[in-house]
Amino acid sequence: MKASKLLMATALTAATMVAASGASAAGSLTLCWAAWDPANALVELSKSFEAETGTDMSFEFVPWPNFADRMLNELNSNGTLCDLLIGDSQWIGGAAENGNYVKLNDFFAKEGISMDDFIPATVTGYAEWPKGTPNYWALPAYADVVGWTYRRDWFERPELQAEFKGKYGYDLGVPADLAQLKDIAQFFQGREIDGKTVYGAAIYTERGSEGITMGVTNALYNYGFEYGNPKNPYAELDGYVNSDGAVAGLEYYKELYDTATPPGSSNWYMGEDIDAYKSGQVALQMNFAFIWPGVNADPNVGGDRTGYFANPKGPAGQFAQLGGQGISVVANTDNMEGALAYIKWFAQPEVQAQWTAMGGASAMRSVVEAPDFAGKQPYNQAFLDSMAIVKDFWAEPSYASLLLPMQSRIHNYVVAGQGTAKEALDGLVADWTEVFEDEGLR
Amino acid sequence: MSASPIDRAAQATPKGLARRIRGLSDRAIAWLFVGPSIVLLLAVNIFPLIWTINLSFTNFKANRLREAKFIGLRNYERILTDTDTWNSMQATAHFLFWTIFFQVLIGFTLAYLINKKFKGNDMWTTIIVLPMMLSPAVVGNFWTFLYQPQIGLFNYVIEFFTGVDSSSFSMIGDVNLAPWSIVIVDTWMWTPFVMLICLAGLRSIPDSIYEAAECDRASKWRQFWTLTIPMALPFLMLAVLFRGIENFKMFDLVVQLTGGGPGSLTTLTSIDLKREAFEKWRTGYASAYAVILFVTVFGLASIYVKALNKVKER
Amino acid sequence: MSGFSVTEPSRRQKWIAGVLVITYALVTIMPLLWIIATGFKSPEDAISYPPKVVFQPSLEGYVNLFSSRTRITESMQETLQPAETWYDQVARDSGTVIVGASRYGQRFLNSVVIGFGSTFLAIVFGTTAAYAFSRFKVPLKDDLLFFILSTRMMPPIAVAIPIFLMFRQLGLNDTKLGMILLYTAVNLSLSVWLLKGFIDEIPFEYEEAALIDGYTRFQAFYKVVLPQAATGIASTAIFCLIFAWNEYAFAVLLTSGNAQTAPPFIPTIIGVGGQDWPAVAAGATIFLIPVMIFTILLRKHLLRGITFGAVRK
Repeated sequence: MKASKLLMATALTAATMVAASGASAAGSLTLCWAAWDPANALVELSKSFEAETGTDMSFEFVPWPNFADRMLNELNSNGTLCDLLIGDSQWIGGAAENGNYVKLNDFFAKEGISMDDFIPATVTGYAEWPKGTPNYWALPAYADVVGWTYRRDWFERPELQAEFKGKYGYDLGVPADLAQLKDIAQFFQGREIDGKTVYGAAIYTERGSEGITMGVTNALYNYGFEYGNPKNPYAELDGYVNSDGAVAGLEYYKELYDTATPPGSSNWYMGEDIDAYKSGQVALQMNFAFIWPGVNADPNVGGDRTGYFANPKGPAGQFAQLGGQGISVVANTDNMEGALAYIKWFAQPEVQAQWTAMGGASAMRSVVEAPDFAGKQPYNQAFLDSMAIVKDFWAEPSYASLLLPMQSRIHNYVVAGQGTAKEALDGLVADWTEVFEDEGLR
Repeated sequence: MSASPIDRAAQATPKGLARRIRGLSDRAIAWLFVGPSIVLLLAVNIFPLIWTINLSFTNFKANRLREAKFIGLRNYERILTDTDTWNSMQATAHFLFWTIFFQVLIGFTLAYLINKKFKGNDMWTTIIVLPMMLSPAVVGNFWTFLYQPQIGLFNYVIEFFTGVDSSSFSMIGDVNLAPWSIVIVDTWMWTPFVMLICLAGLRSIPDSIYEAAECDRASKWRQFWTLTIPMALPFLMLAVLFRGIENFKMFDLVVQLTGGGPGSLTTLTSIDLKREAFEKWRTGYASAYAVILFVTVFGLASIYVKALNKVKER
Repeated sequence: MSGFSVTEPSRRQKWIAGVLVITYALVTIMPLLWIIATGFKSPEDAISYPPKVVFQPSLEGYVNLFSSRTRITESMQETLQPAETWYDQVARDSGTVIVGASRYGQRFLNSVVIGFGSTFLAIVFGTTAAYAFSRFKVPLKDDLLFFILSTRMMPPIAVAIPIFLMFRQLGLNDTKLGMILLYTAVNLSLSVWLLKGFIDEIPFEYEEAALIDGYTRFQAFYKVVLPQAATGIASTAIFCLIFAWNEYAFAVLLTSGNAQTAPPFIPTIIGVGGQDWPAVAAGATIFLIPVMIFTILLRKHLLRGITFGAVRK
């Protein structure tokens, strides 16, 4: 008797739950993004949107190493999982041309949202396709860029400062260029600090997704690498992708990897770099700026113990790899109105200010250009410096076909130690040429 | 004519009986019973296979709206002349050879020892078998943790026994060690499989044969090589066949362990194919690749099965 | 010298064999024990050097597995209410606050639904087909049987290419129905081959008697043959279930959220900053334990199952 009652109760509950979820489906939205700290902040931020509109928000967050795979697969399968997608900057070409994203120009015009209100580099990077034209497929949502953190407490130790000065002839501090950064990293490599062996720098070396590319470009750009002839990048790769400068940049990255990184760091990306830095294993850490609030709040390495700086210059200039994403409406959504309402809500200056305050990173000029912004957090100046020098990877529809050979060529040379830097980049030229030929672009 | 019950059954219902059976005819029931399976297999296997062959002659990309163009054998030509393909074939061959080698060696030894029927051998056999039933992706993912320099259990155990500093080497990251790191995990997981088959083989040898050999005063060593091994050989070969096919298909375990790295050293063909098909979305190219893999695995397997049947006949 | 047998190993041989096998078993079980132990470690203990064998048990891994959390920021500190439940407290102790349930429960449930759904279908179709192959003259029988087996030889990634396109056309991508159908098809080869073996072993005389008693063919099948084959069906079902439970390649390529199973999900469990090994281990433990239990239950039929019935013990 009892068992059957229980069964009935369960069935009833299940039925009500199904009915309930069916009823609220009209006003529900699923937002897809990477699983990382800023995403948790966005959940908090979105609560006020839910309260205002009565929309039922759910979130699908995928960790970085699987993010591109999963989400591009979702888009390409015409999936209905996501209504809103905060997709990576490089996907925009494909998503725009294949009709995965909704074009937002009319909507922006109607709602009075102006792209002039956002940092220009982020508009180009996160919203435009084709690049340099006023065709918008996203609203800049999260401004991000590769930069560096360093252990200020170690750098300030007098005995280390003295030893460093004696060895290299200049003061131990924020490196003025990439060569100095390498000196510093090598200086700390294998050193005993407080009874623990520490290493120089945690850098990106991940093979499976985009890790090593996002890392090595910070060296390549600054030594003279270019994505083809700026006038017509598709037609002329030779001499730009594999220029002498590019070769020197790649050799630099390999030397950094060989001589100044923790053992076993052969497949590291954001997560591993954070772990190594927070556990006190390394003096320097390359990572996207999104981690800076977390580092600052960390009980072991936070506060005064850490400093921040933009990617140092090299012989050919100063650039930094752009990260970050725009928020797009997935064309397949069954709640177009709700999705657009969310973007409209998100684009309000007050919400943007709150976004940054809660651990996000607004790309809105009114937020980052506010007079007190730079001084608000210890890392804000480095963020502004970095955002001024950004450069991004290809954002073509064939971006994955361009990224994969780069991952393979670079990893083969830097981590596996096969061949020379020149051979790796020559190979890359050949691979990319083939992709552009297949695309009918040359 | 001595027919087995099955042979008799296969001759369907006896004539005299047939008249008395009500309901559907045997023929109708046969089709009713086999039909759903055939339909499902047609829909999920044959039709897709034909589609794959079709696509392999085009430059179709599944993430584009563009029309596919017929390009003849161009995909095949490109795959077979691409060094990446051959590198992944080489990586697969290395993986196949050494996993089978170690699994047969260790698996057979274990089976031989278990066949000594010591007390409690059943329980220990079950424990040994556990790893092979588990999800390769989940297990592979966890092995990356065991392989971590310094903090990983594997590296620590190596340090404990050999004195090599556990933070000085990375099984997954090192160029020389990575191909072995996947061999080790696969061997850990699948040795029990070979062991079970070998055990069945050893147990199928009748005691009387050894008793006869004993009467002929053949040494134990001689008995092992002239009786045990030949009698167990068909079973061993069957184990190799199964492991060969399974490891040729290998994807989940290795992709979780190394992601194909460092460089492309552990990029097995399945991983390479996955990149082409589901990351670059070169669907036509990947279809041709898939067809090449089908042909390879069917070709090798059927040659092998012929050899296996010859051994069985002996 | 009575009771001496030339084939019975000596006590010394047994002893040596026992020691060697037990040593191997202990070594081979270590990684599994390590997974279970890591699930009960705190994140600090999990990545300590040297690896900790003795540690203070913590449920943080399990709490992190089932919850999503956010780091407590300075602004939140003031407004935060005291923790209400023990799991809230566990999260607070590590400087985070629980904001909701994680996706693990849902993914696990997907695994259960897809696993049992596909097993049920594979057994229904498999039993009937196996019966037909065993008892009737089916045209092209051997070819059909080989064809059914051959579907298991293809790399799943290769099979997934057209399936992806087909599912996209039919709207089956990332649906439980799609995954159930796919796993049913893949498992059919196993169930037909195994069950045909089991049914072959059931003497035809029983059915003959039933048919003479006036049963229809169909009645004879489900009143006589099915009960006789029950053990075989049960163990075949477990094998099908384990396959669907463990499958990764199709799941990772054909599902993204709604129908994603646990294997592609578990490796992506991360904490607040960096991979959360205790949570991964906790997720793996919960996921692996059912299979371990099934393996122990199945041990008599294990060999038959893994060799598609080629070897019968």
